[in-house]
Amino acid sequence: MTQLKLSGAAMVVQALNDLGVKHVFGYPGGSVLDIYDALFQQSEVQHVLVRHEQAATHMADAYSRSTDQIGVVLVTSGPGATNCITGIATAYMDSIPMVILSGQVATHLIGDDAFQETDMLGCSRPIVKHSYSCRAAEEIPTIIAKAFHLAKSGRPGPVVVDLPKDNLNPNATFDYFMPSEIKLRSYNPTIKGHPKQIKKAATALMAAKRPVIYAGGGVISANACDLLVAFAEKLNAPVTNTLMGLGSIPGTHPQFVGMLGMHGTYEANKSMGNADVIIALGARFDDRVTNNTDKFCTGAEIIHVDIDPSTISKNIRADIPVVGSIDIVLKQLLDFWQQEQLSQDSEANSLWWAQISEWRNRNCLKYDNSTGTIKPQQVIEALYRVTDGQAYITSDVGQHQMFTALYYPFSRPKQWINSGGLGTMGFGLPAAMGVKMAHPESEVVCISGDGSIQMNIQELSTCMQYDLPIKIVLLNNGNLGMVKQWQDMIYDGRHSHSYMQSLPDFVKLVEAYGHVGVNISDPSKLEQELTQAFELKDKLVFINVIVEEHEHVYPMQKRLGAIDDMWLGKGVDQ
Amino acid sequence: MQTILSILLENEPGSLSRIIGLFSQRAFNIESLTVAATEDKSLSRITIATNGDHEKIEQIIKQVNKLVDVLRISELSGKAHIERELMFVKLNAQTSDAREEIVRTTDIFRGQIVDCTNQLYTVQLSGKKEKLNAFIRSVKRQSDIIEIVRSGCVAIARGATALKP
Ligand SMILES: Cc1ncc(C[n+]2csc(CCOP(=O)(O)OP(=O)(O)O)c2C)c(N)n1
Repeated sequence: MTQLKLSGAAMVVQALNDLGVKHVFGYPGGSVLDIYDALFQQSEVQHVLVRHEQAATHMADAYSRSTDQIGVVLVTSGPGATNCITGIATAYMDSIPMVILSGQVATHLIGDDAFQETDMLGCSRPIVKHSYSCRAAEEIPTIIAKAFHLAKSGRPGPVVVDLPKDNLNPNATFDYFMPSEIKLRSYNPTIKGHPKQIKKAATALMAAKRPVIYAGGGVISANACDLLVAFAEKLNAPVTNTLMGLGSIPGTHPQFVGMLGMHGTYEANKSMGNADVIIALGARFDDRVTNNTDKFCTGAEIIHVDIDPSTISKNIRADIPVVGSIDIVLKQLLDFWQQEQLSQDSEANSLWWAQISEWRNRNCLKYDNSTGTIKPQQVIEALYRVTDGQAYITSDVGQHQMFTALYYPFSRPKQWINSGGLGTMGFGLPAAMGVKMAHPESEVVCISGDGSIQMNIQELSTCMQYDLPIKIVLLNNGNLGMVKQWQDMIYDGRHSHSYMQSLPDFVKLVEAYGHVGVNISDPSKLEQELTQAFELKDKLVFINVIVEEHEHVYPMQKRLGAIDDMWLGKGVDQ
Repeated sequence: MQTILSILLENEPGSLSRIIGLFSQRAFNIESLTVAATEDKSLSRITIATNGDHEKIEQIIKQVNKLVDVLRISELSGKAHIERELMFVKLNAQTSDAREEIVRTTDIFRGQIVDCTNQLYTVQLSGKKEKLNAFIRSVKRQSDIIEIVRSGCVAIARGATALKP
C-alpha cells in the first residue's frame, strides 16, 4: 500500500472522514480557506453553512446531544473563533462532547497582533475539557483523533483544536497517519466503581426506609437509562430528574415524581427533603437544585455516583462517594443485590409511597385556564398531544423552558435538548436544526420565547438553504417572562427592561425567509390550529402563540429555603 | 493552614497556564508556585503552596487532577517531606556595626554573602519559610532592606515515596 500524502488542510478533512464525521457546522474566513477548499473537493463530509458561528456551536452541540456522535464546528480565527465562546461554554456546562476546529494566523505571526489573531486557546481555556494547537501539519490527524477521544470519554466536554494557517498549506504534503487507538498517559478516567463503595451504597439503599433516586444528565450521557429504570424498579424508589436528566426514565413511569429543584414538582422536592437515603446519579447538586445548601436534605445519607471525582462533595458532602461510569456502577449495584439477596423493609416502602401519593395529590401543576387567554402550560399540553409525546423538543431559556420541562413528559433519553447549566438564550433554534440534521425523519420542535428567539433568528436562512422543516412554537408573552417573574416576586413588580415593546411581526419575518408563519391567539382553537400547523410536514412552520403575559412558573422554591420550601402559586404557600 | 502540593504534568505549551487559570477561575489561592522541567524533558514538576480547609484542598486536588495534562498530584504537607525556599536579600548597612551584624546573622542562619559593595550586601539563604522570615526580622533592626527575592518553596517526600509517571 502506498503511503497517503496530504496537505495539512486535506488532512483535516481526511481525519474527520476517517473518524466517521458526516456533518461539520461552520463558517469560512481567511485562515481556514485552505480547509474549505479541501472540503469543496470531496463529498463525504457535508459542511453546513450557518449565519453566525454561535449557531454552528449550538447545532453541533445538539447534534451530539441527540445522537452518540460528536458535533464538529469549523470556524476562522479571530471573530469566528470568539463567536464560538458562548456555544463552547454551553456545551461545557452540560458536559456535551464537541470538537471545535478554529483557524489561527500563521505560526510566525502569532503574538504580533496579526489581522484576525486571537489567542483562542487562552480565550477558551476555562470552558473546554482540553485544547490543542497543531504545530506541524503531520500532527493534525493525531491531534484531531485525540480531541475526539477526549470529547467523548470520561466526563464528556468540548475540545478546541487551533490550526495555524501555515500548517494547512495546500502546496506542502506530508505522510498521513491516523492512529488506530488513542492512549494518553495522563488521562485515565475511572470507569468501575470501587467494590467497597458499591457494597456500602447497595447496603444503605436496601436498608433505606425512604430512598430517592436523583438522576441527572450523566445517566443519559452514559447511555444508562434502561439500567436506571431496572435499578429503580428493583428498589421501588421514587425517581426525580434534574432539568438535564429528563427523559432518562419515561415521564409517565409510575415511579417518576417529576423534575426537582427551583421549579421542581412538589412531590419531587418533598421526597428529597424527607428522604433518608438519596442516590445521586450523574447529577451535580447544582444551586438550582439544592436551594440553600445549609438546609439541604439534612436527614439524608447521600450516595453520589459520578464519573468526575471533582463533582463529588463539591457542593454537598457525600457520605458514600462512588467514582465510575453510571452504567457500570448501576450494573455493579444490581449484581450486588442479586448475589447478596438483600431484602427490603416492604412495610416502610409502602408507607413511603403512601406519603408520596399524598404529595402528588396536591396536584402542583394545576393552573387556571379560565381566563380567556391562552396559558403557556396549555400550549405545551396541546403540543404533547399533537406530537404524541414523541417529538424531539429543544428549548431556549426562560419560562417557556420550565413550562416545557414540567408539562411535556419525555418518553426517552436525548429527546429533550436544552441549555441547563449555562442557560443560553438563543440555543433553541440552532439546536433544533442540529437535531433535524441528525434525525431528518423525526419531528423536531423548538419551543422559544419572544426574547430568546431573536438571539439567533438569522438561522431561519440556514433552515431554508438546507431544507430543515422544523416547527418553532413561540410562547409569545411580549415580555422577558422569567425576568419579569423575578421582578414581580423580588423587586415589587418594577419591570426594569423586561418588556420587549417592539416585537417584529413574526409571521411576516418568517415569510421573508421563505417559511410559513401562523398566529394563534384563541384558546378554543389552539389545539386545532396547532394540529394544522404540524400537518405541514415538509415546511418550517413558525407558530406564534400569543399567551397570557402575567403567568408565572410554579412551583418555585423560596429563596434561601430548604429544597422543599416552595410557592405553589401566586401567593400560594405550600 | 499551608498545604504543599506537588504536581507532575506534561511539559506542553499552555499546561502551566491551565494550572494557574484553574486556581484563579475557582478562587483557589496560590501562595507560591515553582515549575521546571524534570530529567525527562517531556514532563514538568510544579510545587504549589496553597491554603484552605480540608474540603477546599480536596477540591483543589481533584480539579488539578482532572486537567488532561496532569499525570500525578500529591499533597506533601500531610506526609514526611522536606521543603526549602531560596531567598536573596539586598541590604544597605551604613555603619560598620551594622555590617558586622549582617555577617554575624548570616552566619547564624547559615546563609552566604554572595555579593557586596561598600555598603550593599546581598545575602543568599535557603530554608523553610519561617526561617527566612526570621532572618528578615533580624537584619531589619540595623540595616535597610533594598530588595528581597524569594523562590517560593520546592518540596520532596522523604523516603521511598516519589512522584513518578
Ligand atoms: C444570553 C442570555 N442573556 C440573558 C439571560 C437571562 N435571562 C434568563 S431568562 C430571560 C428571559 C427570557 O425571555 P423569553 O425568551 O421571552 O422567554 P420567557 O421567559 O418569556 O418564556 C433572560 C433575559 C440568559 N439566560 N441568556
